[in-house]
This record gives sequence, structure tokens and C-alpha cells, in this order.
Amino acid sequence: MKDFILKRISAIILPFICIYGFYVILHGHISPGGSFAGGIIVGLSFIAFSTVYGTEKGRSKLPEKVLIWIESYGTLWYGIMGMVGIVKGVPFLANKLAGINLGEPGTLSSGGLISLIGIGVGIRVASTMVTLFFTLMEEES
Amino acid sequence: MSILLEKLIINYPYSIAVVLFIIGALTVLTRSSLFKKLLGINIMETAVFLIFIAAGNIRGGTEPILSEGNPGTVYINPLPSALMLTGIVVSVSVTAFALALIIRLHRTYGTTDANCIAQMRKEVIDR
Amino acid sequence: MKIRNLLILLVALLASYGMLIAAAELPPYGIPDNPIHNQVSERYVNGALEDTGVPNIVTAIVLDYRAYDTMFETIVLFTAAIAVVITLKSWKKAGER
Repeated sequence: MKDFILKRISAIILPFICIYGFYVILHGHISPGGSFAGGIIVGLSFIAFSTVYGTEKGRSKLPEKVLIWIESYGTLWYGIMGMVGIVKGVPFLANKLAGINLGEPGTLSSGGLISLIGIGVGIRVASTMVTLFFTLMEEES
Repeated sequence: MSILLEKLIINYPYSIAVVLFIIGALTVLTRSSLFKKLLGINIMETAVFLIFIAAGNIRGGTEPILSEGNPGTVYINPLPSALMLTGIVVSVSVTAFALALIIRLHRTYGTTDANCIAQMRKEVIDR
Repeated sequence: MKIRNLLILLVALLASYGMLIAAAELPPYGIPDNPIHNQVSERYVNGALEDTGVPNIVTAIVLDYRAYDTMFETIVLFTAAIAVVITLKSWKKAGER
């Protein structure tokens, strides 16, 4: 009885939680939140899914190769975004000195490198949470 | 004595953080289960974050997001909140690694009681 | 109760008395003249819109003024995830571990 209610309600609510997490990551420079809080919300939606439905179904949605790929390239993305400044002759991780067009403040496409780096950090934090959960839950007894 | 109490009530976030720190330290020292020691370490870290973030508050100020209101609004200090964001991430990493070490200890010794594990280690060294 | 628990409680009471006296001598809570509000946070609040073009001041500090610290913090998260995976994977080559 308890399993039936949990499965029906979580099948309706969990996609909305995932979309809300992506909204918080993308609007990190306009409203409060930012990349770290949004990444944890997206990771928690996957953890709740694999708690209710079992670990095999959770593994089939996010196999190990995809998680390792997202985690490694997410960390490298930060360093590559910093190299934009070195190519133009200004210090590492420069935003306005490198001559990037900043746009008008208040819209989604403002800030230059800030929103791009924020998306990378958010997806990386979500993948770390899911990796830690799967490794701790799958010990053989 | 009453002057000390008045000053403590004016600075109420700092005194609550000190009480939380002492509670966390007592939990680590007196309980003998490994999970409870880990929770005590987490409570101590929460007390340290509370002192830093509460020190940057201004009474009557708004959140530090620039809006087109009347010029002359007072924004609270954004620097302690931005610096403690890194500390929270470090606390999560330490908790995750400590949980992995507890699982390995349980596989080797069969129990999660700190006193029993110390007893078993002493018998191995004495042999 | 055991002697060890009583001694621990005594030391904790003495330490808490000392720390409460230190907490009472800190500057009062919430006054805008505290020494913590110096010229560094004024520079960040006044110059955030021209230097970065982003109205959220905390994101502008974390990802533009001090982006070096955030890079090393993502490396710390990466190291923690790898350390957990290495500790818990059981290598099945040498029989039973």
C-alpha cells in the first residue's frame, strides 16, 4: 500500500523538480540561487527517483560511463573558459578586460563568461551527488 | 553578572553558536558509536558557519541584489556569505569520505563501536 | 556515571564560560558602523554593475571577482568523489578481501 502511493505520486512530481533545478541554474545571475544550489536540486531529483524505484532502474537512466564523462569534462570546462583571457593577452579568468560584450543588465544573455561557467559548475555538482549516492548504496552484503 | 547577560542577549546569534559548538564537542567525546561522532563533527561545522554569516547582517537592510528602487537603500554585506559557500562544499566532501571509511571498517571488524574496535586492535598488537 | 564523563563535562563547562565571555565582547549585532564593513565590500557593492553587468552581487563575487577560489573548490569536489569510489570498489582478483 505504501509502495503504491509513493510510486504514483513521485511519477507526477519529480519531473517538475528537475525542471525547477534547471531554472535556478540558468537564472543564477538575476535572482538568488546560483550554480551550487541549482545543481544540488537537480541531483536530488535523481536520488529520489532511485530511492523509490530501486537501484537497477536508476542505473539504467544514468549509466556509469555518462557520469564519468560529465564529471571529468565539467572540471576541464572551467580551465578552458579561463584560457580565453590568456589567448588575448590579459590575465587568466578575465571577464571585462578581455573585451567580451557584456550586454544589458537584467536579461538572460548578460554577464559574458559568468553564465557559461555557472552552467558547467551546476551540472558537475549534480553528477557528483549522483555518483556518491550510487557508490554508497551498492556495496555487496 | 547581569551586565554579562544583557550583552549576551544583544548578541544572540553568537551565543547560540557557542552553545551549538559545545553540544557538538560533547557528542564527539562521550558517545561510542562511529555514526554519532560523525554527526557531532557536522554540528560543530554548522556553528562556525553561523558565526561568520551572522556577522555581516545590518538591521533594516535588504538582500544584496541590485534593484531599481530609490537610491539610498542599504544592502547587507555580501562578502561573508560568498566566502562560506566554499566551506559548505568542503564539509559535504569530508562527510562523504568519512561515511566510506566507516563502511570499510565495518567490513573488516564486523562492528561500528569505537571501544570494541580499539579493544580488538590492542589484542592484535599484544600478540 | 563514570569518572571520565564527569571530567569531560567539567572541562566543557569551563571552556564554554570562556567562550561566552568572548562572545559578549564582540561588536554589537547589526550596527552599520562595525569594523567588518570596510572599504572592500563598498567597492564590491558600488562597482558590481559596471564591472560585470550582473545585478546579483553574490554571484558576481563568487564567479568573477574571486573566480580562482571557485576553480579550486570544484577540484576539491572532484577529488572527494574519486576518493569515495576508490575506497569502496572491491577488487575481486585476490580471492576474498
